[in-house]
Amino acid sequence: MEVVSTVSIWIMPCLIGFVLVYGTIKRVSTYEEFVEGGKEGFSIAVSIIPYLVGMLVAITVFRASGAMAFMISLIQPFLSSVGIPSDIVPLALIRPISGTGALAMTSDLIATHGPDSFIGRLASTMQGSTDTTLYILTVYFGAVGIKKMGDALKVGLLADLVGIISAIIVVTLVFGS
Amino acid sequence: MVNLIWAFMFVFGIVYAAINGTMEEVNKVLFKSAQEAVTISLGLISILVFWLGLMNIAKKAGLLNRLTGLFRPLVRRLFPDIPPDHPAMGYILSNMVANLFGLGNAATPMGIKAMEQMKKLNQDRDEVSRSMITFLAINTSSLTIIPTTVIAIRMNYDSVSPTDIVGTTLIATACSTIAAILIDRYFYRRRIRKRRL
Repeated sequence: MEVVSTVSIWIMPCLIGFVLVYGTIKRVSTYEEFVEGGKEGFSIAVSIIPYLVGMLVAITVFRASGAMAFMISLIQPFLSSVGIPSDIVPLALIRPISGTGALAMTSDLIATHGPDSFIGRLASTMQGSTDTTLYILTVYFGAVGIKKMGDALKVGLLADLVGIISAIIVVTLVFGS
Repeated sequence: MVNLIWAFMFVFGIVYAAINGTMEEVNKVLFKSAQEAVTISLGLISILVFWLGLMNIAKKAGLLNRLTGLFRPLVRRLFPDIPPDHPAMGYILSNMVANLFGLGNAATPMGIKAMEQMKKLNQDRDEVSRSMITFLAINTSSLTIIPTTVIAIRMNYDSVSPTDIVGTTLIATACSTIAAILIDRYFYRRRIRKRRL
């Protein structure tokens, strides 16, 4: 644990220091190039706004109306019957859609079942092993103005599905229920 | 498909709220979430400006090229339609490296730069290219080695061993990343087949 937390504290500053030292040795005018590159950041952030507003409002309406919980309750019995613990189903379904939603659910599951319980470990593994597909899609495609997404969403969601299933299998094998 | 899902979430949410009397909740979050989205975007400014600035130094110093050279054999297979010396490769690799170390903050700006370069390769069209889908697939299956956020939450709730999920996370991530690449390849083949018909 010590090692992990030490590494995560040191890695950023070391990386920054390394780039600056290396740049200076290579005679790059570091400060000027920093400012030049950074200028882009502002316009990128602003151009993402409409994409993010659209996506986030839709997701929030879907969740706040209770429609999301309703749909989850429809699928839950089926998933439980194939051996997926029913407590984990909402997290599995929300993970690709909402990052903050999933994070909240993970901490809730850990709080109610305990971090070292089967559900707690499963939730932790799931949270760590997939990413919020819809957010990545919105931000990355939004920033460069990709409008026709083709198979991207299908590929992303299918990969999420595999990630969730493999998390369940791996945690069951390693920690057992 | 995104259009359909997006409209579905709104329409189904509103209809459900009408039937179940949760319209008030919907109203409450409607504009709050819009505001939240803007806050997130503005919050990204600091991260984007800082990391894109630093990346520009790395690029000018030739660090990106060296990184590309190091991993060329692997990434060349993953992205066969990107010329090996194209700047997109450097950004894709830095995004992957940042993700591996759980530096989500640094990964996003590099991911965006990678997308930008891939769009240029695609003659600036507004439709997705093969390499963009591969890149997204790898990103969504999340390549993290050390899931720092999860470890922090586990520590908060007094876990006996907060890091004992690192192993399972790593295996699950590896499975989903391999699967993502395979699924991506499958869809690519399917597109090719469709075009021939």
